[in-house]
Amino acid sequence: MHIPDGFINAPTSLAAGAVAAGGVGVSLRRAAQTLQERQAPLAGLVAAYIFAVQMLNFPVAAGTSGHLLGGALAAILVGPWAGALCVAVVLVVQALLFADGGLSALGLNIINMALVTAWGGYAIFLLLRRFLPATKASVTVSAGVAAGISVVLASVAFVVEYAIGGTDAPVGTVFAAMVGVHTLIGIGEGIITTLTVGVVLGVRPDLVYGAADLQTPLVLGPKSGETAGEVR
Amino acid sequence: MFVVGGLLVAVGLAMLVSGFASSSPDGLNKVAEDHGIAASARQHLFENGPLAGYAVKGVHNDRLSTGISGLIGVLVTFGVGLLLFATVRVLRSGPDRSEPTRAP
Repeated sequence: MHIPDGFINAPTSLAAGAVAAGGVGVSLRRAAQTLQERQAPLAGLVAAYIFAVQMLNFPVAAGTSGHLLGGALAAILVGPWAGALCVAVVLVVQALLFADGGLSALGLNIINMALVTAWGGYAIFLLLRRFLPATKASVTVSAGVAAGISVVLASVAFVVEYAIGGTDAPVGTVFAAMVGVHTLIGIGEGIITTLTVGVVLGVRPDLVYGAADLQTPLVLGPKSGETAGEVR
Repeated sequence: MFVVGGLLVAVGLAMLVSGFASSSPDGLNKVAEDHGIAASARQHLFENGPLAGYAVKGVHNDRLSTGISGLIGVLVTFGVGLLLFATVRVLRSGPDRSEPTRAP
């Protein structure tokens, strides 16, 4: 889902760069407040894992593939602020070292794949958890569904950018095509996210930011997750 | 321990499984091809970089080339992430640099 140079015009790309910089700035400040020193290796691992899994394109339809975006997964594992930063790190490394994602489109790509998926995905995750019992099973299911929807949100974000600064193809057609194929890719994202969160919950449940409330059964609701989940 | 195990998993995926990944265009690129958007794409500034396109320049076995580029990518991403998250705390406002004790 990496936008190359040229898909979106320069003024829109530039404006997106400013928006992305603002979003990264907010994430840095919020992560600075919530992230504990011992969590740095875990957050680095989440970024590295997302880089690895983004290489694994899976087929979704004839002649089309998809890959993990990872923002929702990262947000559920290390929180929405550090999670957005994890994907932003991946995108910067990909653009600079692997020529994947245009340099002029870096802001667009950070908005779509880091900010929208991490923040949007985490908001959906919290919403789903509100309606489900406080169990590990609820966390894995909510994580998968939220991750799947986050991919569709990212594709909608691209269409918005395309509507503002794209080429001549009709926006309605691009919208239908993007949302259609990314609904399929979202299913893959949901499966990978469910598996990953499930494994981490099985091995080290204390490391899952979005399940921190399960560690302290006296406090109900995912809001208590703000302080727990440190690496021990 | 968890981080070491997780890194091994990431390295394994990027080195060994990546060779089996689909080479079809991803959703965005397919839509761009189908609707004439792809024609407006410009070449990446680092198109000829040593790791461009997840291949190591000079390594001619495709699977090996992808695998090594994946290994490098995982290690670089981990390093950059670790550095970022280890230093992000300097942004914490105010003189209180202690561990957070309450939700913000």
